[in-house]
Amino acid sequence: MSLMNQTGSVIMMNVRSIPQRLWMSVATVVSIALVVAVLLGFLALANGFSQTLKGSGSPNVVIVLRDGSGAELNSVIGRDQIDLLAAGPGIKLGADGKPLISAELMLVVDGIKKSSGTKANMPLRGIGPNGLAVRSQVRLREGRMFAPGSNEIVVGAGLLREFAGFEMGKTIRFGAQTWRVVGVFEAPGTVFESELWADAPVVQSLFNRGTSFQTARIALTSPEAMPAYLAYIKSDPRLQLKVQSEQAYFAAQAERSGLLIKYVGWPLGLIMSVGALAGALNTMYASVASRASEIATLRVIGFSGFSAFMGTMCEALVLSALGALLGTAACSLLFNGLSASTLGAGFTQVAFRLQVGPELVGQAMVLALVIGFVGGVFPGLRAARQRPLLAL
Amino acid sequence: MSDFIKLTNVTKTYTRGKESISIFDKLTLSIPKGDFVAIMGPSGSGKTTLLNLLGGTDRCDSGEIVFDGEHIEGYSEGQLAAWRARNVGFIFQFYNLMPVLTAAQNVELPLMLTSLTSLPSQKRKDNVATALKIVDLSDRAGHKPKELSGGQQQRVAIARAIVSDPKFLLCDEPTGDLDRATANDILKTLQQLNRELGKTIIMVTHDPEAARFATRTLHLDKGQFVEVTS
Ligand SMILES: Nc1ncnc2c1ncn2[C@@H]1O[C@H](COP(=O)(O)OP(=O)(O)OP(=O)(O)O)[C@@H](O)[C@H]1O
Ligand SMILES: [Mg+2]
Repeated sequence: MSLMNQTGSVIMMNVRSIPQRLWMSVATVVSIALVVAVLLGFLALANGFSQTLKGSGSPNVVIVLRDGSGAELNSVIGRDQIDLLAAGPGIKLGADGKPLISAELMLVVDGIKKSSGTKANMPLRGIGPNGLAVRSQVRLREGRMFAPGSNEIVVGAGLLREFAGFEMGKTIRFGAQTWRVVGVFEAPGTVFESELWADAPVVQSLFNRGTSFQTARIALTSPEAMPAYLAYIKSDPRLQLKVQSEQAYFAAQAERSGLLIKYVGWPLGLIMSVGALAGALNTMYASVASRASEIATLRVIGFSGFSAFMGTMCEALVLSALGALLGTAACSLLFNGLSASTLGAGFTQVAFRLQVGPELVGQAMVLALVIGFVGGVFPGLRAARQRPLLAL
Repeated sequence: MSDFIKLTNVTKTYTRGKESISIFDKLTLSIPKGDFVAIMGPSGSGKTTLLNLLGGTDRCDSGEIVFDGEHIEGYSEGQLAAWRARNVGFIFQFYNLMPVLTAAQNVELPLMLTSLTSLPSQKRKDNVATALKIVDLSDRAGHKPKELSGGQQQRVAIARAIVSDPKFLLCDEPTGDLDRATANDILKTLQQLNRELGKTIIMVTHDPEAARFATRTLHLDKGQFVEVTS
């Protein structure tokens, strides 16, 4: 009872004395807020990115790459192999009664980013007539699909947001060729939104790719048909290909890219934390020094060293909690839902939205409180060791 | 009269680096209940050190310190803190009030420590009001220290020292920072506490005028009492 009372009053005195060290305390709060905002920004980036990639995959679509290549750009698949793929079991049939398979190739072209005005890579995908049918998430928002055999392209809504000059009806040059935008498609939360699509045979000939493809997408009748189809490909020695469900493919990509951002975000956050910690320690040592005579007086009156420790500790925790709130608020206001793009798989731009969720806020809060705790512990011990002597 | 406070053969040495400075060597002193003792002496003679030993804020190297029959020389830091909270009121030269607290909140601090905390908060408020009334500062209860004069701050400090009704008050130059008239007011208040409430008071002072308010003056020099005037 007495311990709680005395500790409570010392904590209250510490917290109320913060205005006496206003600018120092504000600097500490801001530096902790900065750590929280940066860490949270990176985590939100990673989160939004992996959410986007995860949303891209369907469980009954098979994605085929050349064996040993993890991303589409490194892969080569021949025309004869495509025919073998189309002969597998469990493939859904299109309206024309033919198997729903889309052999595709992907190239990297340049575009100008709206935000920076600089060049950046964009994926140009050549797709077959079934390209839309093997992607259930995709919907045309404006205009129409490209006509087979023409220099027409359709653009993803995400790419349209990020890059300049892809509005409906515009003409664009890639190398020697000009293309006309005839449609805009949406595929919310998927990588496709960041792509340009054109007719595969046209892309093959204009970019001198012969008859080779890089990937194939095959729609199966159901997710249950997946194991049998994968087994069929594994059993044919002519198909030295890497096959997996589109869902598994994107999940793996999400993991890799998400980790990359996490491995940048956390170390950066931690390095900044060291700076913020130094500031917090400095502020709290100053607090103990400026209140030395008060602490000694309380000790003379009979207050415990523990209450002096807790006063300092709680002051540090209050400062770090304020920093955490400020950092979270700043990050949420600035970044949450913000659309961004980053180098995705195969060094092309992937547009996605940052997602600041409760779990991430929790992680950043914990980091802030750890800074506050460590920043309070040593000055708190100094306060607790203050001797209760009359004259100082 | 029986000895209220008794020091027997108390030795106190400070070590600073390799040097050790002997402050008291076998000091003996007894103070009867209800005394108002002034302690005078040149700077460095050990007055504050003596108050620290008497008030249980420092420990002696050897000897006995008995307070109302209770041996405190062997107490741990924690035991001493609890003992101080129960038995001693401290008054400092520079008042040592908490700047963020009002006069009433400052006065209430010692009540956070004693068993009085188990009393309802209304009782606590009553004690604070009574203490402030004794020092004639009821109308300043809500003021912060920086809104009070030096004399008023020292009155708040006196109220804080007596709020938990200790039998024993220790004052280290309580008027050292005040002008003559204000100092006399404070000293009269201390005298009143001694005469009317029976508090035993030990007051260190440099000021012979202040010493006149006490019932007895001890002169300390180089760790020894050289003269006693009554
Ligand atoms: N914590 C300490 N460590 C080392 N030496 C100390 C310590 N406290 C006091 N001293 C020394 O002990 C001696 C007595 O000090 P003390 O403070 O008791 O003197 P004082 O009589 O109160 O003097 P003043 O009138 O100046 O207040 C001095 O020489 C002082 O330097
Ligand atoms: Mg002194």
